Amino acid sequence: METILVSLGAGLMQAFEPLNLFMIFAGCLAGLFVGCMPGLGSVNGVAILLPVTFLVPPTAAIIFLAALYYGAMYGGAISSITLGIPGASTAVATVFDGRPMAQQGKADKALMAAAIASFIGGTVSVILFTLFAPPLAAFALKFGPQEEFALMLLAFATFIGLGGDDIPKTVFSILLGLVMAAIGFDIISGQPRMIFFDMVEFQRGIGFLVLAIGIYGIGEMLWTLESTKGQVTMHKVQITWARMKANFAEVKKYINSTWLGSFLGFFVGTLPAAGATPASLMSYGLSKTFSKDPDSYGKGNVAGVAAPEAANNAASTGSMLPMITLGIPGSPTTAILLGGMIIWGLRPGPLLFTESPDFVWGLIGSMYVANVATVILNLAMIPIFIRVLAMPFTLLTPIIFVLCVLGVFATTDRMFDTWIMLILGVGGYLMRKLNYPVAPAVLAIVLGPLAERSLRQSLISSQGDVTTFVTRPISLTCVLLALALISYPLVQRALRRRQSQRRAA
Amino acid sequence: MTVRTAELLMAIATLALSLGLMFNVYADGLTIGWVEGRGPGAGMWPFWLSAGMALAALATLVRWVQRKTPESRSDAPYIAPETLFLVAVSAVSLLALLVLMTVIGTYLSLMLFMFFYVRVLGKHSWAMTWAFVVGTPIFIYLLFEVALTKYLPKGWPIFEEGFLVIDNLRYEYFY
Repeated sequence: METILVSLGAGLMQAFEPLNLFMIFAGCLAGLFVGCMPGLGSVNGVAILLPVTFLVPPTAAIIFLAALYYGAMYGGAISSITLGIPGASTAVATVFDGRPMAQQGKADKALMAAAIASFIGGTVSVILFTLFAPPLAAFALKFGPQEEFALMLLAFATFIGLGGDDIPKTVFSILLGLVMAAIGFDIISGQPRMIFFDMVEFQRGIGFLVLAIGIYGIGEMLWTLESTKGQVTMHKVQITWARMKANFAEVKKYINSTWLGSFLGFFVGTLPAAGATPASLMSYGLSKTFSKDPDSYGKGNVAGVAAPEAANNAASTGSMLPMITLGIPGSPTTAILLGGMIIWGLRPGPLLFTESPDFVWGLIGSMYVANVATVILNLAMIPIFIRVLAMPFTLLTPIIFVLCVLGVFATTDRMFDTWIMLILGVGGYLMRKLNYPVAPAVLAIVLGPLAERSLRQSLISSQGDVTTFVTRPISLTCVLLALALISYPLVQRALRRRQSQRRAA
Repeated sequence: MTVRTAELLMAIATLALSLGLMFNVYADGLTIGWVEGRGPGAGMWPFWLSAGMALAALATLVRWVQRKTPESRSDAPYIAPETLFLVAVSAVSLLALLVLMTVIGTYLSLMLFMFFYVRVLGKHSWAMTWAFVVGTPIFIYLLFEVALTKYLPKGWPIFEEGFLVIDNLRYEYFY
């Protein structure tokens, strides 16, 4: 405990260094911006801006991107409430009660509740993070390649078991990401693999950022252009000091839902397939179930805004936990952060705590500061962000496209990658329209090389004996859990069929 | 095209892609099997994962025939006609941007790209148009070439040489 406090103190000191403090504010602002723009969320912001962060040292870069991540969680609520369109998928549940409140002229109350609940959710989860991360990392130090591989298997299994998407399509998405990660030289035998059409460019493989920016930059913009073409109506927001003070007094109305959302969000956030969107929906549902007045939900109950907002912020921090301690990202956004860490020359995983304590604790320290920074920026700048929301797509779209193209070019200095990005972006958009989930592919291309290496390392060390994965207790547990998750939808379907048969009989 | 047709075409395309990947790995002569005492060969991972992709695509195809997925029952248009224009324009304008970048260089093509969106599509005022047309390349130059020290594509030599004048000025006066 004492060592944690000492390290945390050092981390906080680091967060207050001028450059890092600047990055926190810049990241929060950028996050609020991408969060409140309909169609853009944290994952889009992180993917598009990652290439630009090579300007600053890795610690400052991840602080910026992490701050962007929370900022986007706060920002999503702004458009959910004022436009009735979720600013990001993570803010879908905020629309349910946020929009009725705005229609009743209580938009300011909803926005304040969202900001305060987000702050509480973020703070609770960052405290949980600080308590859980060091022991988990210390435990994970015992992991060999067998455990690493079993954990990745588990991560992919969560998509099948809990993702809720069409299963063959999810499997296809995962495997496509894994195969794309294998293009280029084989790390163990050194043989070139999958050099399509004998193009030399394929020897260097397809970087994860090319896929991530293609899908979350290009594909997402195409998606947004198509879905928000209709006219949007903005609700007026009245903000005065007197109203703000009155709104502060209302906190106790939704404090219970906020606590619930904070804890739930953190734990749901740590699961790779779950993350902030399901966490906020679950939190909304549970808060409604436990409420004394469930009928008022969906008609403008302030607790219905607070519960999902607390949960999505908590989940964003929660998804960092497996990324920092185990090297398994808890969400698509953290998958991109993980890829970024590899580019910065850091090795994600349990060793990070011992090898780069400055980096880890600087990041944790910055999370505390970023939460305070975002709540202040958010409350102060709501009027400005509402004006930004009125920005037409003919100005925003070209900016995003240019940043995507040049960002991809800048990471590898090859025009070839920008072509691949365009192909993947358009392809991803076309597949997404048919409900192929895209997040598993992004996670898979980041984890692919690590998964293949750990699989083959384990098998080389066991001289080709596959039982090595089931004779070690931790890896056996993960494999069994993964199998259970994969079979979960099948079992569920069988049960449902039996039930309907019984009902018929 | 209806969603149902698109679902079928996509399932066929993904199946073809998976089989193509499997063939590619096999034709390269990579070891797709088990190497005794060493575990999987170099081609095993991509080959068998592609095989898994093929199975998943096949499953989608079977479910299409059985009309099990919601997409295979939907007769709604795949891309709504009123938004098709917007999506197509965006994709084509990006394609044009990439082609132009290799021919006339990043900066001139950026100016054309911005002009197209802000003035032609957006019909914004001339002041707004010029702000974007002139501002974007300057911002990009400062961000990528000055701060990130990247050399963005300058196009064919004739355009590249023209641009080097600016770079020379920068090195002469600022370093």
